[in-house]
Order: sequence, then C-alpha cells, then structure tokens
Amino acid sequence: MKALKPISRWLVALAAVLMVSAYFVPLWQILMWAPQYPEGLEMDIWINTITGDVKVISALNHYIGMKHIEVEMFPEFDYMVYIVGFLIGFGLLAALINRRFMLWAFCLLLVGTGIAALVDFWLWGYDYGHNLDPTAAINIPGMTYQPPLIGTKQLLNFTAFSGPDLGGWIFMGSGALLIGTLVFEIYSSRKK
Amino acid sequence: MKTNVLYRILTVMVVFAGLVVWQGCKPKAPASVSMGDAATKTYVPPGKYDEFYNVVSGGFNGQMSIYGLPSGRLFRIIPVFSVFPENGWGFSEETKPMLNTSHGFVPWDDLHHIALSTTKGEHDGRWAFGNANNTPRVARVDMKTFKTMEILELPNSGGNHSSPFITENTEYVVAGTRFSVPVGDKTDVPISTFKENFKGYISFISVDPTEGEMKIAFQLKTPGVSFDLARAGKGKSHGWFFFSTYNTEQAYTLLEVNASQKDKDFIMAVNWKKAEEYIAAGKGEKVKAKYAHNVYDESSHTSTSEMMNEVLQLDPAVLKDIIYFIPCPKSPHGCDTDPTGEYIVGSGKLAALIPVFSFTKMQQAIANKEFEGEFAGIPVIKYEAALHGEVKKPGLGPLHTEFDANGNAYTSFFVSSEIVKWNVQTLEVLDRVPTYYSIGHLSVPGGPTAKPHGKYVVAYNKITKDRYLPTGPELTQSAQLYDISGDKMKLLLDFPTTGEPHYAESIPAELIMPNSVKIFKLEENKHPYAALGEGQAKVERKGNEVHVYMTAIRSHLTPDNIEGVKLGDDVYFHVTNLEQDWDVPHGFAIKGANNAEILIMPGETSTLKWKPLSTGVFPFYCTDFCSALHQEMQGYIRVSPAGSNVPLKFSTGKIEDQSSGAGQ
Repeated sequence: MKALKPISRWLVALAAVLMVSAYFVPLWQILMWAPQYPEGLEMDIWINTITGDVKVISALNHYIGMKHIEVEMFPEFDYMVYIVGFLIGFGLLAALINRRFMLWAFCLLLVGTGIAALVDFWLWGYDYGHNLDPTAAINIPGMTYQPPLIGTKQLLNFTAFSGPDLGGWIFMGSGALLIGTLVFEIYSSRKK
Repeated sequence: MKTNVLYRILTVMVVFAGLVVWQGCKPKAPASVSMGDAATKTYVPPGKYDEFYNVVSGGFNGQMSIYGLPSGRLFRIIPVFSVFPENGWGFSEETKPMLNTSHGFVPWDDLHHIALSTTKGEHDGRWAFGNANNTPRVARVDMKTFKTMEILELPNSGGNHSSPFITENTEYVVAGTRFSVPVGDKTDVPISTFKENFKGYISFISVDPTEGEMKIAFQLKTPGVSFDLARAGKGKSHGWFFFSTYNTEQAYTLLEVNASQKDKDFIMAVNWKKAEEYIAAGKGEKVKAKYAHNVYDESSHTSTSEMMNEVLQLDPAVLKDIIYFIPCPKSPHGCDTDPTGEYIVGSGKLAALIPVFSFTKMQQAIANKEFEGEFAGIPVIKYEAALHGEVKKPGLGPLHTEFDANGNAYTSFFVSSEIVKWNVQTLEVLDRVPTYYSIGHLSVPGGPTAKPHGKYVVAYNKITKDRYLPTGPELTQSAQLYDISGDKMKLLLDFPTTGEPHYAESIPAELIMPNSVKIFKLEENKHPYAALGEGQAKVERKGNEVHVYMTAIRSHLTPDNIEGVKLGDDVYFHVTNLEQDWDVPHGFAIKGANNAEILIMPGETSTLKWKPLSTGVFPFYCTDFCSALHQEMQGYIRVSPAGSNVPLKFSTGKIEDQSSGAGQ
C-alpha cells in the first residue's frame, strides 16, 4: 500500500488533534425565540452534558406534555467521550501507520460516526416531539413538536433553530480536512 | 334735569371705555407650549431605552421612584420607608424588621433626598441613599436589584432633613437634624428652655467601601439650630462638608416669623478630616443612645433588626477647628458645591441675591483669623472674607443649585417660579425659564458630582394646578424637563410624578443597566424555610405554628391542598419561586388575610403570615399573571375548630378516593 505524502500525514494528525476540542466546547446548539422571549433561549449540547436555559425550556414545554429534559435521559452522554477518544486515537494511529488505507478508514469512520450521531439525534427529537403526556394542559390534535434536525422550524409560538456549535463546526472541519487530504492523495498519485 | 341725564350717560360711556382699555392692557397668561423639535428630543421609540435613569425621592410616599429621561416614563417605585402592600414590603415576615425603629414598627415616612454613590466625585452606579425626614433614618438601596438593603436610625435627631448627602468617595453619608431636640437624660424639659437644653446633632455615617454597610462613625454636638441641606466638598475642598442652617434665632414657636428675624443665618463648614484626627486621638465620647440598624441579606432573602446602644460624639465647642460658621443671608436652604469644589452656593430662601463663597478664601480667612465673633463657642468667619461674590437680582426665593460641566449653575426659584442659569465665575445671569409652578428642587444629571453629565435639567415643582387633566382636589405632581445643551434653556416635556418628589439624581443608563439583576439563583437561596424543589414542599406543625414550605412554578403551587390547620394557629406560607427565568414573578394571597400579598421574584423565598379567624375552606392563589394558566394557579386550605382531630396533610395533583375521605 502507498505511503502518504509528508504533508498529508501532518494533516491527518491535525484533523485528529482538532477533535480534542470536543471536550472543551459545545458541539450542538438549539436556539428558540418567541414573542415573549425576544432575547432567545439557548440549549448547548456538549460531549457529556446539556447546558443553557434547559430548565426554562422544560418549564415551558411541560404545557404541551413534553418530557422534562434531564442529562440522565441521554445514555449517549455516558459513552460519547469514549467514541470521540477512539476517533482521535484512530486518527493518530493512521498518521503513525502512514498508509492510504488507514486514511480511507479514518475518513469513513468519521463520516459514519457523524451520520450515526445525526440519526440518533433525530430519533431522540422524534420521541421528544411525539411522545407527549396525554394529560398535558395544551393538546392540539395532530400537532407534534419534533425539533428541527438542522435548520429552523416554527413550533407554536416558538421559532426553533438547530445547528452545530463551535465543537460541531470543528468536527466538520476535521472531516473536510480528511476528505480534502484523501482527494489530494488520489489526485497527486494519478498525475504521476 | 337733561344735563343730569347726559352727564350720567357720559359717565357710563367713560367707564365702559375705560373697561375696554383695561381689558386690553391685561397681561396674557404665560405661554406654556414648548417649541420646535421638543417632541423628537423626548421621544424614545418603542423598544428603545432612555438615556438616563432618574432616581427620584417620593416625598410623603416614603419611597424612591425610577423614571427614564428624557421620556419621563415611570418604571418602578422602590419601597423604602413606607409599607408597600403591592409587593409585601413591610408585610412579609422577611421585610418587617426593615421598618423597625427605637419607636417600634413605623409603617410610613417622608423621603426627601437622593444621593447616588460616587468614587472620586463621579457616579459609580452602586447605591442610592435616601433620608427619612420624620423618624430620622437613612436607607441604602442597591442599584443592582433596586432593593432597599439597609436602614439605619439616627439617635439625637428630630427630623433628618439635612441628609443623605455624601462625600467624594462615599466615605460618609451625613445626617443633620432639622429640629434641635433635648437629648440624653434631660429630655422631659419645658419647650421654652430651648436655648439651654436643645441641641442639634450632625451624624457622619461611614459606608463600607465594598459591601456598603452603614455605621454611625461619629456625631457632632452642634448648637441648637435647624439644619436644612448640605453638600460635601470635592477636589480641593475634599475633607470638608457644608451645611445650611436656619433658625439661628433659636425660636421654638411661630418660626415663620421668629426664625426669619436675623439678616443672616449660617453655612456651617465642617472639617471632617479634623474630626477623624480627634477620634484617632481618643477625643470622642461614647454616649448611650438607642437606635435600630436593619439589614437585608440577599442570600437568605431576610432582614434583621439590631438595636444599637451607643454612639461616639465630639463637641466642636471644645474640640477646636472642626466647625466654622459663615454668615449667609436669610435662612439659607440649598448649600451646593460646584464641580471643582471651590465654590459654595448658599440660597437664602428669603434673599434677593445668591452669595457664592470661595473655599480658598475661606481657608485664608481661617488662617488669618478673620472672624466677626462666635456663635455658641464656634468662630464665625467674616462674610466678606469668605465671599467670592453675589449673583445680583437673580430672582425671588432661591432654593437649590445644580451645575453643568461648563462652569454654569442652575438655581431654582420657588417664589418667582423659574430656573435661572448663571456663570459661577462671573456671577452673571445668562438665562431664565419659567417653571409650572413654583419649583422646589431641580436636577441636572450628575449635577452634584465632580463630573456633571449635563444635557438636561428637571424641575420638580410644588404646585401642579392646571398642567394635567384635573382629578379632584388631589392632583399629581408636576415635573418639567429642559434642554440645557445650548445657550438658552428649552422646555421639552411636562411629566407627572408620583408621591411628592423633592430631590432627584440622574445617572447614565450604561452605569446601571449592565449590572441589573434578572433572577436570584436558587442554588444560592439560604432562606431557612426555602423549598428548593417541589420534592421539598411540606407542611410542618410547631405547636400553634403551621409552616407551609410552598413552591411556585408555572402554573401551580405545591402544596395546593392543605388540611389539619386549626383555629388559633398561625399559618406561615413560605413561598419559594422556583422559576429561574427573567420576569416571571409569582404572587401569593389568601382570602381574609389581615395584611397584604407577597410578590416573590424568581429564586426568592418570601413569607406571608396568616391567622385564620373562622373555620372553613379558604382559597389562595397566585396574584401575578405569570403564564397562560395563571388563573389555574390556585389552591385551598382547610381550617378546622381548635381541638379537632383532622390530621395535617398536604398535596398537589392528588385525586382522593371520595369514599375514604368523606366525613372527616
């Protein structure tokens, strides 16, 4: 198998190291606005917790029967630190082994993890928005409240936005860096 | 006969013609319409903020109110010295101690003056002080929470009018008595022994530089006169304090006449640094005195009242160089120092001129012993020796003076109902505008500080009459806002004010707004009866006391069904607002309560005491419209006869089986 160019090797290592930021900055954010919340409410999802106006959002959502958001609801918070740790380790290993197949593997692993995370988030959002307390004060037939996966959505009096936070952007940056490196490797070896 | 008739007709015609001419000569009513672009200068568009916080004394309502300038909109009334059923101030168990005094619980007072804390003579936006004019006290309001945090009573005072003026770095708040009174062991004396037995006292209250806590550092035993107003020196005159006095005649009856006899009363100059030296040298005397010191604790949301029992006094008649008198014409009212600290303006309320004294000349006069004599053992400096000059024919009845940053002074005139602008250096009158009507205090943003913000002057008038739609004999109070950014003062706005404002101060919004607290953090709530979650809500009996640890969150109270209370019990509802969201207060009221409601801010705990006087089921509810289901935020408490065996129980959301609960 082909060895990587020295620059590619460094880029793979950089992509892996960048992901360390996931332990220090939030990965995802959900923002909400309503007529009486012009300043907005914010929920930040970290590698192992949720911060922001979680209590306020829960207090408001209980009227439509949504569950009280608690960190304990998410088993993901127990193992996400290990998954990201594994990704970083795998990336550094790829740089060490210095073979293109390892770059391929790292790329696919990262993209696969990203897709899995989004699917997991969508499934939680589906449950959170559909699985409502039947005795809730406000019950609008046919209305469900699944938050947007990515983007903006109107839910009753709230405009909700969901998208990557700083950590999420860095993750996507790492992914872009890896794919770019892979393309560069393939392109430059064909040229020869 | 004929000539007689003609004569009569002629007479009537002459009289008629005279009437027509006389009517034509009658002066027109004063023009009161503001001109030009006044509307745009006071218009704050929806969603935009005012430029200044205007902290206004409430006068006879005993409170402080917060307005915005230039809009003149009222934002809030902060309860200080008077009970406030609207939010439970003085009614809740937590706030009752704040109104405790050596005379017991005093539910009302008269707040006249505001002092905003300063550092190096400039506004720092930390605290607002207010005085109680009736039962002598000083209060400190925190400008982060807009809440009264401390009230300190003043012993040996008969009415705290000359207060709460502050020194350059808020080292001291002063409190001078308006009434001299007999003090110590000899208080039951004939009123006619005024000269012999009545004393005036000036208190210097030290303010903790970080926490703000107040303490009477010392009192000056001064001659039996009335102290009216005061201002600290600043810059070069830092270390001195100036007080206006009246009734140096020492009259004790019909003061209107008897205290207006002397051509000149005094400005009393106090060298407080000298007083500090005497105290350091152990010259102070500890004297027995009874006064209350009430402090509100932010973390327990509870106040305590401590009865103090002694005060440190200095006698300036014995301890020389603390006090000097400067003669000032005709019962001076305002006593104001300019931003540089060089000039002291005395406003004799019956005078037809304004004397301006020079601090430098006063110091020279003291050094050269240019005294005209003594008053009660205190040297009196020669008038001319301390005088910078007089503002000639400024108007009638000068009361107060404020300053801008450009060397101009603005003096209010009660009798001639106007504001007069004059130059402090040249003493030349520059402009005058009418006020509607009979202005008392006036306020330039930063006007009493070393660095005035200028831009506006507000007139706080004593007479309202026809300025607004009439509301019977009792009217709102009248204020006017003037633009002082140009050479000529321009009337911009009339706005009604609540209570009866005396002095007010204004401070740029950016010094206050970023620090304004939105919620109290639940995890920092150290109230002994707080229920920091619904799981902690409970009802406990301690003898005849029933303590309800209640929580409030949108949109229910926990517990909302309570039984087992008996006649003769005192029920304490300790309500904790579990919200941690901005502007979601909850309220609590119960039918038949002989007190008031309580308003509980997010994260706060507040207690309403209720003594049921009959058996039955009593409703209670949330009084602050908190949410879409606010109207559902209600509950019941059952009161059974004394000695009944109904067990104590409580719940929320529990539907009981009818067959088991019946007949209890």
